[in-house]
Amino acid sequence: MPGLCKQPKVDLSRLISYICGSVVAPTILEVNKLGCVRGDRRLFSGLDLSLAAGTYLQVTGPNGSGKTSLLRILCGLLTPAEGEIKWQGENIRSLAEDYFTAVTYLGHRHGVKDEFTAIENLRISNALNGIEVSKERARDVLARMGLAGRESLPARLLSEGQRRRVALARLLVCNTKLWLLDEVMTSLDKGAVALIRSLIEEHLAGGGIAIVATHQDLEVATGSSQRLELAT
Amino acid sequence: MLRWIVWRDLTLAWRRRADILSTVFFFIIVVSLFPLGIGPETQLLRSIAPGVIWVAALLASMLSLNRLFANDLQDGTLEQLLLTPQPLFAVVFGKVLAHWIVSEIPLVLIAPLVGLQFDVPRDTLWILLVSLLVGTPVLSLIGSVGAALTLGLRGGGVLISILVLPLYIPALIFGAGAVEASIMGTSPAPHLYLLGAFAIVSLIFSPWATAAALRISLE
Repeated sequence: MPGLCKQPKVDLSRLISYICGSVVAPTILEVNKLGCVRGDRRLFSGLDLSLAAGTYLQVTGPNGSGKTSLLRILCGLLTPAEGEIKWQGENIRSLAEDYFTAVTYLGHRHGVKDEFTAIENLRISNALNGIEVSKERARDVLARMGLAGRESLPARLLSEGQRRRVALARLLVCNTKLWLLDEVMTSLDKGAVALIRSLIEEHLAGGGIAIVATHQDLEVATGSSQRLELAT
Repeated sequence: MLRWIVWRDLTLAWRRRADILSTVFFFIIVVSLFPLGIGPETQLLRSIAPGVIWVAALLASMLSLNRLFANDLQDGTLEQLLLTPQPLFAVVFGKVLAHWIVSEIPLVLIAPLVGLQFDVPRDTLWILLVSLLVGTPVLSLIGSVGAALTLGLRGGGVLISILVLPLYIPALIFGAGAVEASIMGTSPAPHLYLLGAFAIVSLIFSPWATAAALRISLE
């Protein structure tokens, strides 16, 4: 008799977790048999990924293993040699520009114009993505990135780490679901790394996906964490 | 969005004023060398004026084409431009428009002044201005295709000239032809119409070609 009582209980909890699993966190980004060839070298092939909302994926691997290429393929800058990428069930090739409304990519060339001030950089890069940022908002965001008092300096007068902070400030405004961050932690101090961690945690809690190529472990607390090791 | 990209490029150009000035001075100097070298033979000067001024404009615009995408490539902003949710040809169009305003308009405005050195009649100076006004968009538009194709290549500056200058030939023929017709006392209108038609064709096709070339260059 006790056995009979227990049986449905177990099933129910499994059922609930199954339903919740599929309803709350459906796969948003799906990668099928992705292959990448640069020059005459095959960097990786047969790569499968399926990432649900709130997933943190850390891509690691030695230099030249294809981390940057993978991220560039995922954001649509690079055409894969084989395989396909699906965003919410649709191939990103057919989504074209619509896909870019869902993606923020920060490469190791950080995309900060030396001639512009930090505020101008932030406002212009967002305006081009269709988000108008007021001067006050830009100032607040930059203050959170630890650039208070330096918002109106031309970026060429900022240090490398500060310029990267300006680039990262975009993450606070961008409102996109998928973040692709390529080696963003280089030339950043401990405080900034902690800041990125908290940004990513907020992003994951809001149902976003973050894919980060890095050698440093970020140890993100929220969301489900995955690791992808690329070999040479 | 288009206004943002134009504003962005205009502001950038303003903060690097030296680049614009070097193009303008190059144009003035190249055009001025001819009267100095040939001497005060007004008949000869008058007949070579259209060709010399137009060729100088083509060469001067070569100088600025390198910078059209190269700076953005270097600091990574070009990648970000490619990832904006607007169609890429619109982004390209905005950049080309800004390039035209920054690099070509000063040439158009200064051309009548340097034309005086060739003893060109006053009416013809107006035709020169109009022909350059209609023709210089072609230089920016077709030049952008070359700039995108040679992006990130070593020696891209020379390659861009080899690629693009032959494509400028129709603009050169009709542009210089209009000025010449005016000097001869015939109507420059047919030349200007053909030049305008060529400008429209390049306006329609080159932003797409440039967008495709940029995608390839960034792979």
